[in-house]
Amino acid sequence: MNKKNEKILVPLVAIFIGILVGCIMLLLSGKSISALFVGLIKGLVGFDFYKPQLGINLRYPGEFLVSAMPILLTGLAIGFAYRCGMFNIGAEGQVIMGSLASCMLAILVPMPFSAVFCLIAGAIFGALWAFIPGFLKCKFNISEVVTGIMLNYTAMYGANYFLRNLPGSNPQRTVDIPQNAKLQTEFLANISQNSRLHWGFIVVIIALIVYWFIIEKTSFGYSLRATGFNKEGARYAGIKVDRSIIYSIMISGALAGLAGAIIVQGTFGYGRIMVAQDNYGFDGIAVALVGASNAIGILFSGMLFALLKVSQPILQINGIPKEIGEIISSSIVFFVALQYAIKIVLAKFTKKDSGGAK
Amino acid sequence: MSLIIEMFPTVLLVATPIIIGGLAGLFSERSGIVNICIEGIMVVGAFTGATVCVFLEKVPSLAPYAGWIACVAAIVAGTIYSILLAVSTITFKADHTIAGTAINLLSTGLTVYLCQIIFNQQRTETFVKGISRIKEVAVLSDIPIIGNMFFKNVYPTTFIALLLVLISYYIIFKTSFGLRLRSCGENPQAAASMGINVYKIRYAAVLCSGAFAGLAGAVMVFTNGIQFTVLSIHGVGFISIAALIFGKWNPFGILGASIFFGFSTALGSYASFIPYLNKLPSEFFAAIPYVLTVVALIVFSGKAIGPKAAGEIYDSGKR
Repeated sequence: MNKKNEKILVPLVAIFIGILVGCIMLLLSGKSISALFVGLIKGLVGFDFYKPQLGINLRYPGEFLVSAMPILLTGLAIGFAYRCGMFNIGAEGQVIMGSLASCMLAILVPMPFSAVFCLIAGAIFGALWAFIPGFLKCKFNISEVVTGIMLNYTAMYGANYFLRNLPGSNPQRTVDIPQNAKLQTEFLANISQNSRLHWGFIVVIIALIVYWFIIEKTSFGYSLRATGFNKEGARYAGIKVDRSIIYSIMISGALAGLAGAIIVQGTFGYGRIMVAQDNYGFDGIAVALVGASNAIGILFSGMLFALLKVSQPILQINGIPKEIGEIISSSIVFFVALQYAIKIVLAKFTKKDSGGAK
Repeated sequence: MSLIIEMFPTVLLVATPIIIGGLAGLFSERSGIVNICIEGIMVVGAFTGATVCVFLEKVPSLAPYAGWIACVAAIVAGTIYSILLAVSTITFKADHTIAGTAINLLSTGLTVYLCQIIFNQQRTETFVKGISRIKEVAVLSDIPIIGNMFFKNVYPTTFIALLLVLISYYIIFKTSFGLRLRSCGENPQAAASMGINVYKIRYAAVLCSGAFAGLAGAVMVFTNGIQFTVLSIHGVGFISIAALIFGKWNPFGILGASIFFGFSTALGSYASFIPYLNKLPSEFFAAIPYVLTVVALIVFSGKAIGPKAAGEIYDSGKR
């Protein structure tokens, strides 16, 4: 089997097995499998097979897009660093820092075109927070995984402190950010039956195109990929490996920071003081792995994980525990991690096929 | 000074699960498998412990021992759950970090799903007692100062954790199994050339790690809560990794680091009584373990203190 087919086939097999695991869990606990698929379809297009007379409710696809946006951005963030051989598990912290920057700027500095500046602030803060693990990796050869995890919690507690002390904050949230910093508009709410749909999707589309362009079409992207394939080889070929590493993780951090800004300016419209991390960064890891760190792959896998996330309340109403969504998505990641085993099995199948053709 | 003595039961309460979790990380990392899913295994252990305890407390004859039986159940559950990590990283050569991340993500989904099936809510029912504090340890509590610090109003699990530190030290540094385990973490190819079965040793190490982490989860839920919820562990598994690094991959180091981290957490709740410290925000104390671990990594860097082959995928043909 050739490499290209394998790249598409392995995630597909993982997704299939992941959904199968979910179905088996449902069967074992005596719940209905059809409720799962009816719920997923309702989450995607807003059509409920249990209540066909209601027709299509555009609120659901709107909410689906709302939840897909930050996940797609963190997926791109993880993918970008992964292409350069970095596992940016600290994306969670970069999301939090992006949220913090955009929220503080929006509330403290009223100004025209606030929305754009707040997005930029989010991206810059995310990039700066990502600079720390990148720098430590190059300078001291410290694993970016460990620093990333530690910085996630540091970011969470640090951000909580600043958000709590903004004027008007209560222990759960800040005040609403000014209207011109929000990405939500009445027009989008009207066409999607009052969902929280916001203009963030334009940011996501631009990010997807830029990602594809940098990675596939520029010499900078080539040097990043070369570093990811073989660090010493790249160094020997004259690529500045340290620079590639720091740039790639900072761009990764900027994407994660954008995700954070979008969560504040679009999804919620205020800053949240968090008790626990809300895993946008970890969702990004799942998205990037299943999407093979490739722009189109990330687009599709991001949609899949967003669907599994946004359908959870619908599943609960349909009578199955909503955590089945988490079980399916984490199983998919687990089986992608097991790709060595999947490749062995696939190789056996294809061998048999070609043997039969002779 | 009296405040420090007063704080000590809280310090030990916070430190105990971190110590056990750190030892969990120690076993697997010393054998060469990076275990970032201590958090996830702890979640499974906490869920199992709480569930078993809730049901056993309803049986009158077993009720007095419910907490302890539940701890054993948590150890078993943690061991079983860690098989996922062992199979994926050792047999199927999966990336340790990715597999660990998946196992972490799975833990919350799986446990809360089971809560919904068993209890029809997103948490377990509350247990009555779990494991109760010892008011005073006979004789020892009469020792001045130390008696008040260590032997009054403490959980018995703290002593178990201390015992486990000694046992772990003995196993890893004084037995032939420990020597083999460490050699697998330093240079698996060399270990294999001496006739050591790297796969077997690593399986044993990861399963040990799972057992410890499962126990840590149960200890956490019994000493810090009244039921299992999705927030029962809230990052203690990751603090354990921090303690492992801060303690330089050594059982006594882990003990010291955990008590230090416990101290910073306790300070967070006692700071309002202490002049100067009461000006600092509570988030400052919560963030200390994480920030210090990054600092420690920078200070230790270049001195090669961690297991050399940790995180590498074992390839018997590599030279």
